[in-house]
Amino acid sequence: MDIELMQRVYPFFLQAAWVTIQLSVLTAILGLTCGALGAAMRLSRLAVFRFLGAAYVSVFRGTPALIQLFILYFGGPQVGIQLDAFEAGVIGLGVNVGAYMTETIRGAIISIPKGQREAARTLGLSRWQTFYNAILPQAARLMVRPLGVNLNMLIKSTALVAAISVVELTYTAQRYIGSTYKPFEMFLLAGLLYMIIIYATGRAVAWLDRRVQIN
Amino acid sequence: MGLDFTVVPEHLDVILLGCLWTIFIAVAAALVSFFGGIIFAVIALYAPWIIRQPFRLIEWVFMGTPLLLQLFLIYFGLVQIGIDLPAFVAGIIGLGLHFAVYNSELIQTAILSVDKGQMEAARTVGLSRGQALRKVVIPQAVRDVIPPIGNNMIALLKDSALVSVIGVSELTLSAQRAIGATYRPFEFYLVAAAFYYVINLCMEWVQRRIERRIAISR
Repeated sequence: MDIELMQRVYPFFLQAAWVTIQLSVLTAILGLTCGALGAAMRLSRLAVFRFLGAAYVSVFRGTPALIQLFILYFGGPQVGIQLDAFEAGVIGLGVNVGAYMTETIRGAIISIPKGQREAARTLGLSRWQTFYNAILPQAARLMVRPLGVNLNMLIKSTALVAAISVVELTYTAQRYIGSTYKPFEMFLLAGLLYMIIIYATGRAVAWLDRRVQIN
Repeated sequence: MGLDFTVVPEHLDVILLGCLWTIFIAVAAALVSFFGGIIFAVIALYAPWIIRQPFRLIEWVFMGTPLLLQLFLIYFGLVQIGIDLPAFVAGIIGLGLHFAVYNSELIQTAILSVDKGQMEAARTVGLSRGQALRKVVIPQAVRDVIPPIGNNMIALLKDSALVSVIGVSELTLSAQRAIGATYRPFEFYLVAAAFYYVINLCMEWVQRRIERRIAISR
């Protein structure tokens, strides 16, 4: 193993890890937004919204994220959408992971027993008040852990933007493998940084999960 | 520049060939991941400590890093140690091992949830531990685990698009070839997406049928 080479190139990997973190945070914010909107549509009273929500989930979960990214980044200019690679990465991955988060959020909401809603309505709360004060606080507790799984997946899927030349961890590893022919060393550097990011995120999610549980 | 789908039929043969490659790679990788998952699960549960611990570490690395990075490691790593495999074999190995680790997690849980009495009864009638595992415990565990493994296989199909990055001429790379000739990325990636979507729907349909069969057999 070439330790000297690893010492020489690791600052570039650290920089790339920072890009991966930025990508992950922005994607997570967009994903949660899309997930909340998607879940709202899927649970809507209007059939047209329910259909749109279901179609969103089915199409974005049914096709590879890589292809979705390519359509947005390479195909976008044909329909008047000009994005740089980083923006396309965040939007493409965010909308993709939003489809998975839609199902997570919806699952948590529908698992709250019906009696809770009926009781709140009986007490005279409006539909919105019922959702906001009775259903959501309980559902939010159930969401934390599965959303953590989505987040873990999201961080790993940020590697896909290497294919549209965003200089993040996987792209950096790929470039250095190409120039140094040391795949194992470069994998070790990039892999270690990914695992640190994923481990830290996992701990944060576990902490949040403990905080929101009642007992 | 607008959209023009009239260029698609001319290149449809390339796309269809790519589609067949995608199906072939996904099926081959699925087989690797299924049997690999069983072997990994048995190692993780029953191997001696000295084998189990390093193995856990490898599993942890596979679950904590992106598939794309692993594909680069396997493709270029094999070349470095002198094994020059065609890209599609490296792709199948990479995809297969990656999902074997995820399948192994599921199979471990399933093996542990098979009633202890099954193992004991099998030992009592004279089977060795290995035979008892192979003939009694694992078949029952596998039945329980088929529906969640189905989800992994659907994920595998979608992730098979990644092997285009190491140069395997499957659906995604075929679409790229057509784009190279026509400069129509939107149209061809959309066509590729449609093919993936259809394969995906077929897999979901098969999965539902299998789940129903299993539900009846209980």
